[in-house]
Amino acid sequence: MAKKLMKGNEAIGEAAIVAGAQAYFCYPITPQTEVAEYLAKRMPEVGGVFVQAESELAASQMIFGAAAAGARVFTTSSSPGISLMSEAMSYIAAAELPAVFINIIRCGPGLGGILPSQGDYLQATKGGGHGDYRFLVLAPSTIQETVDLTIEAFRLADKYRNPVMLIGDGLIGQMMEPVDFEGRTAPPRLDTSGWATTGCAGREPHIVKTLFLDPNVLEQRNRKMRDKYEQMKREEVRFETYLCDDAPELLVAAYGTTARVVRTAVDRLREEGVKVGMFRPISVFPFPDEPLRQQALVPSVKAVLVVEMSMGQMLEDVERALQGRRPLHFFGRGGGNVPAPEELVRECRRLLGNGQGGR
Amino acid sequence: MGEPITIFKRPASLRDAFTHYCPGCTHGVIHRLIAETLDELGLRERTIGIAPVGCSVLAYNYFYCDFQEAAHGRAPALATGIKRVLPDRIVFTYQGDGDLASIGTAEIVHAANRGEKFTTIFVNNAIYGMTGGQMAPTTMPNQVTTTCPRGRDVNLAGWPLPVADLLAQLRTPSYVERVAVHTPRHIIQAKRAIRQAFQYQAERRCYSFVEVLSTCPTNWGKTPAEACQWLDEVMVPYFKLGLKKSPDRPPVE
Repeated sequence: MAKKLMKGNEAIGEAAIVAGAQAYFCYPITPQTEVAEYLAKRMPEVGGVFVQAESELAASQMIFGAAAAGARVFTTSSSPGISLMSEAMSYIAAAELPAVFINIIRCGPGLGGILPSQGDYLQATKGGGHGDYRFLVLAPSTIQETVDLTIEAFRLADKYRNPVMLIGDGLIGQMMEPVDFEGRTAPPRLDTSGWATTGCAGREPHIVKTLFLDPNVLEQRNRKMRDKYEQMKREEVRFETYLCDDAPELLVAAYGTTARVVRTAVDRLREEGVKVGMFRPISVFPFPDEPLRQQALVPSVKAVLVVEMSMGQMLEDVERALQGRRPLHFFGRGGGNVPAPEELVRECRRLLGNGQGGR
Repeated sequence: MGEPITIFKRPASLRDAFTHYCPGCTHGVIHRLIAETLDELGLRERTIGIAPVGCSVLAYNYFYCDFQEAAHGRAPALATGIKRVLPDRIVFTYQGDGDLASIGTAEIVHAANRGEKFTTIFVNNAIYGMTGGQMAPTTMPNQVTTTCPRGRDVNLAGWPLPVADLLAQLRTPSYVERVAVHTPRHIIQAKRAIRQAFQYQAERRCYSFVEVLSTCPTNWGKTPAEACQWLDEVMVPYFKLGLKKSPDRPPVE
C-alpha cells in the first residue's frame, strides 16, 4: 500500500482501527475533534462501537465499563478534557484495566488556548488523577510515529494491564504528513477470560473493583503496581539520539514536535561547524534516565539544554537524570507559540559562547 | 406424609452472606427482589451488575453474578460501556440518591436519554447513608440531617429532586416507575416493577428505571417501624408512587 497523506488526528483514528480497537468513547474538544469525526464514520464500518458521551467524565468511565467487560478500548481528548478524565484514569489504573488514552495537548492552564503545547507533561507522567499509579506515556514526533506508537500503545496496555497514554501537542493532531500502514497489524489480544465481567455462565462471578478497605490487601496491590512500573522502567524505555556520536559540545533534549524544530536547529549549527547533538525521549514514563545521563556525561559535552513548549516540565526529569553533573539550561515557549529554529540556533550559540554553566 | 416442600429460600442470585446493612434498612429487601427477578427470568449467568458509591458499594458481596464497582455517580457510564460492547448481556446499575441524584445526575439523564438498554434500580432514602446522614438532593423539606441541622430549607437547598418524574419527561422511550418497600403490599408492587424493568431489557425494548423509596432508620434517627411510617407519611405524598412512563404507551404530544 502506498503512503497516504493524512492529518494526525485521522491517522490516530485509523491506527486504532488497525490495532483492533473495538470501542471508542469521546467528547468533542479542539484540537483533537477530528479523531471523533473520523471514527464516527469508520467505527461502524468495522463493526466497532462509537459513542459520543455527555462529558469527558462519562466518556472515560464508559472506557472503564467496556475495558472491564473485556473489550479493547480507547479515547482521545485534549488538555481540559484530560483533566476531567483523570477521575476515571485513577480507577482504570487501580482496576488494572488495559486502555489507551491520547492527549492532543493544547496550551493552558485553564481554557488557555487551542494552539500546541507540551504543558501537560507533568500531569501525564506524574499522575493527574488521585492515588498511587502511573500511566505508561509515549510521545511521538511525526504522524508516522504517532501511528506506530498508537498501535504499540494497545500492545503495551495489554502487556501490563495498565492504561497507556500517548501525548502529542496540537501540531501532531492538526498537521498532515504521509503515513504508511503497510505491515501494521493488531497486537495479539490479552486473554481477559480470567477477570472480565461477561456474565458468569460456567464459572464463579468476576468482580472488577477498586475499593480495598483492608490496608494490607491494598498495600499489596500498591506493591504489585509498583512492580509493574519497575518492569516498564527496565523494558519500555525508548529514545532517539541525533548526531551524538562525534563528541558534541552541547546536548539538546527535546521531545514531540519540539524535537523536530531542534533537529533543524542542530542541522544549521552543524553547517556552521558547531557540534551540537540531540537526545529525544520517546517514552516519557518511563523516562530514559540512564541513556540520557550517558549521552550527557560524554566528556566533550559542556552543557545540556532542554527545549519545551512549556515553562519547564520535562526539565525536572532531565534534572533528575543528570544528578547535577552537567550545567543545565532551559529554553521554553508558551501560550501556543512553537519555538523557531533561529531562536534555538541563537540560544545554542549563546550557551557555547560564554561556556558558563547553571541555569 | 408427602415430601417437605420448600416455599421460601434464598434466591440463587444471592450469595450466602450476612449483609453489613443496618437493622431496618431496606437495601436487603431490594437486593432480594432483584435476585428473585434474575432467577425467575433465568438471567443470572449473563448479568453484570454495577455497584455505586454509597451504602451499597459492597453489593457484589451479596449478589451472585458478575459485578463492576463504579466511581461515585458514574454507574450509568460504566453500564453504557458494557452494554455497547456486550449488547446481549443483562446490565443493571444499583444506585443511591447521593450517587444518582446528585453527583451522577448528568450520567443518569443522558443514559436514559440515549435509551441505553440497561436497567437502573434507584434506591431513594432521602439521605446520604454511608457518610453518616448528610442532606441529599432527595432530603424532604424541613428534614434534619447533619448538613441541614435546622432542617432542609427549600429556599436555599431547593425542593427534593423527583428523579423518576424528571426522566419520564424525556421523549426517548423508556420504562420509569416509582415504588416503595415499607409494607408487604408495596414490596409485592415493587417486585412487579423490577421484574418488568428487567423484562423490557431482556426484550431489548428500552432503558428501564425503577425508583424505590427506601428507609434509613439509623440516619433518620428512628426505629425501623417509625421509619416505615415516616416513609409512608412524609415521602410518599411528595414522591408519588406509580408508573411514570412506559414503552407500551405512546408519548403525549
